[in-house]
Amino acid sequence: MKIAGYRVKPKTIAVYLTVIVITAVMLMPFAWMLSASLKLSRDVFVFPIEWIPSEPRWQNYVDIWTKIPLALFIYNTSKLTIIVTVLQLLTSSFAAYAFAKLDFPYKNTLFLGYIATIAMPWQVYMVPQFLLMREFGLNNTHLALICLQAFTAFGVFLMRQFYMSIPTELCEAARIDGMNEYQIWAKIMLPLSKPALSTLTIFTFVTTWNDFLGPMIYLTKTELKTIQIGLRMFISQYSAEYGLIMAASVVALIPVLIVFLSLQRFFVEGVASSGIKG
Amino acid sequence: MSMSNSTAAASGAPATARRPAKTMSRRRRQVQNALVAYSFIAPNFLGFAVFTLGPILFAFVLAFMHWDGSNAITFAGLDNFWRLFEDKAFIAAFWNTIIYTAVSVPATLACALGLAVLLNQKIFGRDFFRTAMFFPYVASLVAVAVVWNMIFNPEMGPVNMILYTLGLDPKDMPGWAADRHWAMVTVILFGIWKSMGYYMVIYLAGLQGINSELYEAADLDGANSWQKFLYVTVPQLGPTTFFVTVMLTIQSFKVFDQIYMITQGGPGTSTLVLVYHIYNEAFISWDLGYSSMIALVLFFLVLAVTVVQFRRQKED
Repeated sequence: MKIAGYRVKPKTIAVYLTVIVITAVMLMPFAWMLSASLKLSRDVFVFPIEWIPSEPRWQNYVDIWTKIPLALFIYNTSKLTIIVTVLQLLTSSFAAYAFAKLDFPYKNTLFLGYIATIAMPWQVYMVPQFLLMREFGLNNTHLALICLQAFTAFGVFLMRQFYMSIPTELCEAARIDGMNEYQIWAKIMLPLSKPALSTLTIFTFVTTWNDFLGPMIYLTKTELKTIQIGLRMFISQYSAEYGLIMAASVVALIPVLIVFLSLQRFFVEGVASSGIKG
Repeated sequence: MSMSNSTAAASGAPATARRPAKTMSRRRRQVQNALVAYSFIAPNFLGFAVFTLGPILFAFVLAFMHWDGSNAITFAGLDNFWRLFEDKAFIAAFWNTIIYTAVSVPATLACALGLAVLLNQKIFGRDFFRTAMFFPYVASLVAVAVVWNMIFNPEMGPVNMILYTLGLDPKDMPGWAADRHWAMVTVILFGIWKSMGYYMVIYLAGLQGINSELYEAADLDGANSWQKFLYVTVPQLGPTTFFVTVMLTIQSFKVFDQIYMITQGGPGTSTLVLVYHIYNEAFISWDLGYSSMIALVLFFLVLAVTVVQFRRQKED
């Protein structure tokens, strides 16, 4: 639809107006965050809102790094997120290959174990899980969070569904060619499953990066904290430093924004496909 | 996918040339195949069994025990269960969870459907708008919740400032998160804003699946847009709506983070929900058995929804 040279119908104008107003409301909190992050705390609540500060206070973005160990929090979160995502991708696609393409005793029973828990909220078993980790001496370690996030029913289920759609003849042909199962997984299935892997990457990345309750239960030492609970700690310690809080919030949002924008096509496809099939 | 075809074609030729060695007995081969399969599953399944299945089973046992985490565990029988009915905080948390779900599920669903229909049209910048709607879903909850608290700040926040300029008396101004009557509204609004983009994407996929001939037939019958929406779009989206309802219901049952950050369950118990109560009983009071009993209540709520879903899927 081109605007220039065409008559614009009133309905079209109404559609555009609605869309623009809704988008503005949806993005308003982010605009407010960005704007407030460049203000002195006493100017944050000035009304009418000064969306673009006349004297942007970039100093906020300098100060946050010294007020709290923000860099350490980001490092901790990145470390956790990368390890969890890699483990999740490897072990899920590995297990999913067997469930989708191999025959073995108790296959359905084992798979049922995954299916039965897929809708089970983590909150139902977070307490016994914490007690177990404590028994293993894993509370106040990053390993606990890795263990609890890296092996999910969702990952195995998503990958299996995708592998089911790849023709089995392909694997059989490769077997006759003399490839063993590990080679088939590495050389045929993995390259073919890029869309599913991307979906799983984004979901795992976003969930781990944004996880709050998990780190809050497990990590009490400041030097171990993730960006989310670090930010939360900052908010309760400096509750009146609005400008700084907003600057730290912007920093916490940026990695997710980058990953989301660069992989959003897979994200939308992933939500749509896992949503409908799930 | 072109690669896959060429692989299949190339490997077709030598298929007859190589046969599996006959020296290995059938039984041995079966065992070996099973071992290979288990080696694929083991890394994930072991982690899953230890850190998910185990704790789930433990949760069911713990619900019938008394334990403070350090002294000996003692058998409690149904003590924890009967305690639920006397625990005012639990009763409040239970009903608040139901209210939260009953309001936010239909509201989020309606918003998501409306957005999907709006953004399914061919409009300029459609991808940008879709991305913008989806972004709150992936944004860090701590960051957006603190903004939400500032925007809805009763004394200085822009929302009440706008209401004031519109002529609302300061005495009638909603106190949002700090007000017993408005706190639930505040967290529900936040939930809708945060998650409707996600369900919009699911609805968009559903809309793609509707046969365009149905709309053409409706056009021939002289249906207007609203009639087409009501008599073609809505019925055709039935399975999607059902799926979204189930997902949303489960999500709402386990709401915690946003409440922890916006209202801390208060004022009083006005926004206390089940997961919050589980958290308090476990990690504040260290009453682990009782907290597991509350967790079982959550489990049975989710189970009920899942069973309904299964029944419905069988019918289809």
